[in-house]
Amino acid sequence: MTALIQASGLTILRPGGSETVLQGVDFQIRPGEIVTVVGPNGSGKSSLVRALLGHMPLAAGRVERRAGLRIGYVPQRVQVDTTIPMTVRRFLSLPRRVGDRDAARALARTGVEGVEARQLTQLSGGQFQRVLLARALLHDPQLLVLDEPTQGLDQPGIVAFYKLIEEVRRQTGAAVLMVSHDLLVVMRASDRVICLNGHVCCEGTPQHVSSAPEYRALFGAESEGTLALYRHHHDHDHSHDHHHHAGAH
Amino acid sequence: MLDDFFVRAMLAGLGVAAVAGPLGSFVVWRRMAYFGDATAHAAILGVAISLAFHISIYAGTTLVAAAMAAAISALVSRGQTVDTMLGVLSHSALAIGLVAISFVPQARSDLSAYLFGDILAVGPGDLALIWAGAAGVLGLLAWRWQRLLTASLNEELAMAAGIDPRTERLVLSLALAIVVALSIRVVGSLLISAMLIVPAAAARGLSRSPERMVGNATLIAAVAVMAGLWASLYLDTPAGPSIITAAAAIFMFSQAFRRA
Repeated sequence: MTALIQASGLTILRPGGSETVLQGVDFQIRPGEIVTVVGPNGSGKSSLVRALLGHMPLAAGRVERRAGLRIGYVPQRVQVDTTIPMTVRRFLSLPRRVGDRDAARALARTGVEGVEARQLTQLSGGQFQRVLLARALLHDPQLLVLDEPTQGLDQPGIVAFYKLIEEVRRQTGAAVLMVSHDLLVVMRASDRVICLNGHVCCEGTPQHVSSAPEYRALFGAESEGTLALYRHHHDHDHSHDHHHHAGAH
Repeated sequence: MLDDFFVRAMLAGLGVAAVAGPLGSFVVWRRMAYFGDATAHAAILGVAISLAFHISIYAGTTLVAAAMAAAISALVSRGQTVDTMLGVLSHSALAIGLVAISFVPQARSDLSAYLFGDILAVGPGDLALIWAGAAGVLGLLAWRWQRLLTASLNEELAMAAGIDPRTERLVLSLALAIVVALSIRVVGSLLISAMLIVPAAAARGLSRSPERMVGNATLIAAVAVMAGLWASLYLDTPAGPSIITAAAAIFMFSQAFRRA
């Protein structure tokens, strides 16, 4: 098995109900690949991620994770309660303790060096997402799983975050599985896009997906913008893009 | 030394303070204040059952408190509104306990001892049980510390690290049931959850890490115990309520020094 995670025929039921959230989904992610799952609200994106991680019971199908696969995970909408006093440094040591040097290195890698002594609740939204990413990077993951990592960030923050993801992939060689709402930006950062709506509507390169009728039916007007932006980006950044990909594989 | 009732009272109070700091911090972190209240109120029913069937009060209250905690968890997972349901269970448990205890003649006379504690009447046997139970709970919390903390901070992050949040919830419920039983002679059923929450709440503003908060909460609980006992000795006030009054005073004072 060359894939890090390989799933076939995944069917998931709504908790406590009999309606299906996902039906017959096949999925795989290979080393070093950036795969993005897009889809409307309630399309089963987070359920897919949880099923792949083994946090969700399957009604049918199977998930195979490579033996000993190290996953760094940033869940959706991580909220840290103000009732728990928690410094960034202490947070990085949960649940596995890490040394000061490893902690500092991970924070530097995600662009938030020196915030160790700050309380989690004192960080801005963007800083907090970077700390979460740093924590996910601590134990040398082969796969990063990020569920809507840019929620609550403004547009420049979103662009900067995806740049950071590409940077991390280039430095560490980790594969990245992302769930996202940010159609416009996310497309550029991905090698492969999966468009989900209870089942896989369409799948392929960002360019392929953004011009697919299924995708356009699902996202309507917003997809026009994606396509325009994608082409724009593609025209101007083509050589850079290829260079980048060559470096990653 | 243990012949002196006041020394025994002090040691019993400090034993409870030693577990109230750490467990109370979890109660604050996980917003389990009402959960603690309901579990503690169930203890009165535990006392009635223990006296009626001639079993140890500690065993009876632990069992009933644990059953209460299990009932709450089951109802919450069925999708009942937590706030309303805890309100129903908490006050029902107290009322049913008071009705049940009225059928037990020997308990009617010293009902207030179970409601508000009777720390000055703690015997050497009680003391041994309080400290053994406290050591057990502290050992349990220390053993699972990293897991409990991660699960309290964020359940998804915990699951990603292979921690089952349900197990950690169960551990805390069990610890709570034991602490309720240990505290019933010290502060009584009505004030147990105050003993958990007030010192931890006072410590929150003074602490920058979870471990500091646990340490500060334990210290504050211990100071409250000593101050409350002192007041009851020299001012002839009831000991349990005096301990909580002292903790409340420290809480008010701590609000002036909040750091984070």
